[in-house]
Amino acid sequence: MDKKQRRLIMRTSILVLLGAALVFSLYANFTKDKVAAVQKGDTARDFVLTDMDGNRHKLSDYKGQGVFLNFWGTWCKPCEYEMPFMDNQYQKYKDQGVQILAVNVGESDYSVKKFAEKHQLTFPIMIDNNNQVQTAYKVDPLPVTFLIDKDGRIVDTLTGSLSEESIQKHMERIKP
Amino acid sequence: MKEVVKCECGHVNPHGTILCESCGRVLDETQKNSKMIDMRYEGSARRSQTYNKSMIDKIWNFFTSVKVGVSLIVILLIASSVGTIFPQEQYIPPTELPEVFYEAEYGFLGKLYYLLGFHNLYSSWWYLICIAMLGTSLLIASIDRVVPLYRSLKKQKIARHEGFLKKQRIFGITNTDKQASDFEEIKRSLESRRYKVKEENGNLLAEKGRFSRWGPYVNHAGLIIFLIGGMLRFLPGMYVDEVLWLREGETKEIPGTEGQYALKNNQFKVEVYDKENEEDQTFNAAIDKVGTIVKNYQADVTLYEKEGNSLPGEDATLKKIKDHAVKVNFPLKHDHYALYQVDYKLDELSEMSFNLMNKSTKETFGTMTISLDDPKTMYELKDGYSVELMSYFPDFEFDENQEPVTKSRIPNNPAFIFNMKTPDKPKGEVSFVAIQQTLEPLGENTYKMAFAGVDTRNVTALTVRKDLTLWIFFVGGGIFMIGVIQGAYWNHRRIWIQRKDGEIWLAGHTNKNWHGLKRDISMILEGTNLNEPEDQLEAKHIGEKEK
Repeated sequence: MDKKQRRLIMRTSILVLLGAALVFSLYANFTKDKVAAVQKGDTARDFVLTDMDGNRHKLSDYKGQGVFLNFWGTWCKPCEYEMPFMDNQYQKYKDQGVQILAVNVGESDYSVKKFAEKHQLTFPIMIDNNNQVQTAYKVDPLPVTFLIDKDGRIVDTLTGSLSEESIQKHMERIKP
Repeated sequence: MKEVVKCECGHVNPHGTILCESCGRVLDETQKNSKMIDMRYEGSARRSQTYNKSMIDKIWNFFTSVKVGVSLIVILLIASSVGTIFPQEQYIPPTELPEVFYEAEYGFLGKLYYLLGFHNLYSSWWYLICIAMLGTSLLIASIDRVVPLYRSLKKQKIARHEGFLKKQRIFGITNTDKQASDFEEIKRSLESRRYKVKEENGNLLAEKGRFSRWGPYVNHAGLIIFLIGGMLRFLPGMYVDEVLWLREGETKEIPGTEGQYALKNNQFKVEVYDKENEEDQTFNAAIDKVGTIVKNYQADVTLYEKEGNSLPGEDATLKKIKDHAVKVNFPLKHDHYALYQVDYKLDELSEMSFNLMNKSTKETFGTMTISLDDPKTMYELKDGYSVELMSYFPDFEFDENQEPVTKSRIPNNPAFIFNMKTPDKPKGEVSFVAIQQTLEPLGENTYKMAFAGVDTRNVTALTVRKDLTLWIFFVGGGIFMIGVIQGAYWNHRRIWIQRKDGEIWLAGHTNKNWHGLKRDISMILEGTNLNEPEDQLEAKHIGEKEK
């Protein structure tokens, strides 16, 4: 190999290495907030919570069905706004293979029960008492909804309150 | 274009060489007529100067330029300082929206600051690109210079070409007939001054401190290691910086540990210096002057590790690892994680007690204690007396419709709606009770809920920190300093002495501190017949002034 060729290879490899370092840094920097968050296409992390009626819900048991996973709090106005719509759509879609799981972010049984009674909610509501599920899903702020398809993959992450129409559209997206 | 330059002495130099690597003959035509030669990089051919053909070479040459490097440093310096004028986004109050905050707080300049992206400067794409370009420039410019410099210092011959000697800044000729004795004398004296002396055919080369020439490159290597450390922080698992708020009695997963560890807050306390306390007597004057002085912020915690593969939400088996008192500057350390005391909140309400009381007779019918985390629907008191909790607002306020609502789930300002059921009022009487406030929305009541006390707890905030990159920063910083010291406290001095037909030629060169070199030379020449050489640069200046 002649000197000139060796020099070219040397220079090219150093520049490629430095370029790769730059690309990596930029990529890592711009995804660092998203790495923290749960991303579309990820497999949804499994969890187990017990609802207000004492039934255990394990996410992976819903394989084959779509899951509309909603995180909420009783004091949160946008959460309250979408609850009745969610309930209407739950009634329509529960027989078509879409499940709604509404995870409260760790309030008292009392507050959650009163809230569910007030809005006459029929879908399963569970309280994430020690914040483990919220931490796993990096929930902040409320409300946030994860659309999980029949293969347990996260199709989309929705923040802010949803209208009845958009909830229906999202139910269609995860219908098996 | 020629790829190599052959010197008259027979040595083959790379293209672009100014002074022959071996004998020092001036090869560059433009330098031939100058009185002194440019000794930078030993007149070696910087790699980038050789040719300029492919795209790669063009990029390479761009980064070898000192001008480019300096420009990048200046840009980064200015940008970094502008970034400190107003607070960065992460330091503005978390409730504020940045697009509003900067304009509201700092006016037009604030708005501009926000629009130009300075509110998030240190992770902006252009700032990162500039840093990366500076790193590239450091690396490439160093490679481009250190390799040929090393080559020419290694290949230098003892006998240099006349022109090379004549054109050194320090140069002198002495006519003497005692050549041999003087020569030996000088040699001894050079050696005693810790010069490395090499001799060849009656020519001398004395050299000292060559390693100081590598200082800048060592320094650059340190900087590059530093940058690599910064880059590694992006890798998952290398760096964690989170905050954990923990109430007394609460056990929570430690964020950033992927569910591996949990922490329980047994107690949080703030201690102040006390005049009554013997130990604190020394501080009496200060206590009198400023009042309360905090002595200690302390969270007594227990660290647990999760056992088995339980899912989030499942009751995990926790294995106790250790108890620890986290104080300011005394973190809890375990498995590369450190928990630092960083903030706190005292006296958050946890329980409230009420007595059911007949308003007119003041007779009470039992006490009920409401856990603000977990209130019950019914509280049974004495026979026939009970209280139903109809509504609970942990952080109460009236909304726009004058309806009671809660602002958050934290019991900052709890309010309750009670239904008091008594034998004489079996359907119950409704009372709205908040702190310092009682309303009877459905008409005058016979009974009331009389406030009977509160229980509070403290909350601690801990910073969760893990940093596996820190040592890289120390290594990089250490190497940087070694390079600085190497280049700053030592000089590379060389003295050439040659015998030519009854004359002794002496030339000297140093990379810095010419005064030191001159002093060395005059000490060496003491007691010999040799004339002190002239500083040609000074002579030139004096000459110009006299003109």
